[in-house]
Amino acid sequence: MGATVITITSGKGGVGKTTATANLSAALAMRGKRVVAIDADIGLRNLDVVMGLENRIVYDLVNVVEGACRLRQALIKDKRIENLYMIPAAQSRDKSAIRPQDMIDVCDQLRPEFDFILIDSPAGIEQGFRNAIAPADRICIITTPEVSAVRDADRVVGLVEAEGKGPTSLILNRLRPQMVQRGDMLDTADVLDVLAIELLGIVPEDETIIVSTNRGIPVVMENKSRAAQAFCNIAARLLGENVPIMELEEPSPSWLGKIASWVHRK
Amino acid sequence: MTHSAIETTSRAYVNIKGTSDGLVIHLGAGDWNTLLIALAEKLDRTPSFFRGGRVALNVGPRQLTAAQLEVVGNLLSKFQISLWAVLSDSVETQRVAAEMGLETSLTLSRTEHLLGEKIGGHERVIADGEQAILLRRILRSGQSVCHTGHVIIIGDVNPGAEIIAGGDVVVWGRLRGNVHAGSNGNDQAVVCALVLAPMLLRIAGYVARSPGREDSEAYEQSVVPEVAFVHNGQIVAEPWRAMEDLYPDWRTDLLRRAANTLSTWF
Repeated sequence: MGATVITITSGKGGVGKTTATANLSAALAMRGKRVVAIDADIGLRNLDVVMGLENRIVYDLVNVVEGACRLRQALIKDKRIENLYMIPAAQSRDKSAIRPQDMIDVCDQLRPEFDFILIDSPAGIEQGFRNAIAPADRICIITTPEVSAVRDADRVVGLVEAEGKGPTSLILNRLRPQMVQRGDMLDTADVLDVLAIELLGIVPEDETIIVSTNRGIPVVMENKSRAAQAFCNIAARLLGENVPIMELEEPSPSWLGKIASWVHRK
Repeated sequence: MTHSAIETTSRAYVNIKGTSDGLVIHLGAGDWNTLLIALAEKLDRTPSFFRGGRVALNVGPRQLTAAQLEVVGNLLSKFQISLWAVLSDSVETQRVAAEMGLETSLTLSRTEHLLGEKIGGHERVIADGEQAILLRRILRSGQSVCHTGHVIIIGDVNPGAEIIAGGDVVVWGRLRGNVHAGSNGNDQAVVCALVLAPMLLRIAGYVARSPGREDSEAYEQSVVPEVAFVHNGQIVAEPWRAMEDLYPDWRTDLLRRAANTLSTWF
């Protein structure tokens, strides 16, 4: 059967599109699915850096579209996880180098051989965004709990609806439970209140993401941090599993801590 | 397709009628492009009869896009006929036509007449454009509805969205975007919403700005449907009262009550 094409987009920059694409691709591949991640951010490519495949690039998406190489030659195989591939963006060109139809053609060629095609959309709502959503079967909107990011996400949901694309679901990234508890940050309900779309998952703010991004190893590959767990849960939901949204409140004290406080109370 | 086949089609599905409201072209069921060819043939037979005239188009339940309407408009303008109204049972077609600045009803004058009879002795000014468009969806950031008549939204109007209406604006939902009622200078226009919390509210030439973000949150806590209107040179907002209280002299009634209560809108 053909692959499902999922485009990850946000409108606003810096909210975690690339990180989410890298981690969801890896998490889906770790579940045994054949996955290809496509970087559609032509001119500002960095999915390859986050996935740690930078030094393996020979051909890129623009080369494929212009017929300079075969699609297979631009597919980079991740050596750490079976079944994970990526197609990098060109760094020396810009968004106008490809058209929406090119993305549809590339995805149609890849569909028979993969289970999932994840497309990392550039920020903004111009040509690059239109290229990225053209082949999508479903759209993941990613936002952080900030008014500006939510506003942009709302705009993007509107554009996606106008293009007749969807279904659209939401990943709420970089949530800080303590700040929400103090009332200093928008909470999930506030964000859903405006966007009114399905919630696919919540990813808490996590320092390990920065470390893993710099090292080129998606967090889902190597640690059990809460962010990694959140991405694994989202991948499971993309596979149709019913995984409850993770509790993000402070973990309850360990049994030792409980005894300590009990003794203390006496 | 043979010539005789087109003849049959044209007789069966394209029908031009003269009514008290002028010429109305009926386009019935069948393939859209075939209908257009048939229409062109029909017009071509007696071009001098139509030249310089204006016509209304009745498309029945057919759902048309802006592009399709534009094609018809261009076709008619080739015969120097102007299209002024599109009649349809399809809400979508009506909306598209309204967005293109076309009328969606022939019976404006008749409606006024009927209303005049019902109200009897009361002096009632019919506001410019008793027609309305109705949208049943969320109006998201960046989306805009512009209509010479009234605008009714069933759903939320999110921050960053915009409504510009020649007449009144009714939002069955939360109004948090920008709204301009009576945009053609009608200061009798009103804005009603279940939650009236727009960023910017304008009626004719008057402007009211949202209170600060903190205030507006508190404001949304105690939600009552409200209506905003112009009184003594400024925009005031009042809790909505039952229709029977307000009709037929509901505007005068509101003004009287508004004199006692100054609202948050300045």
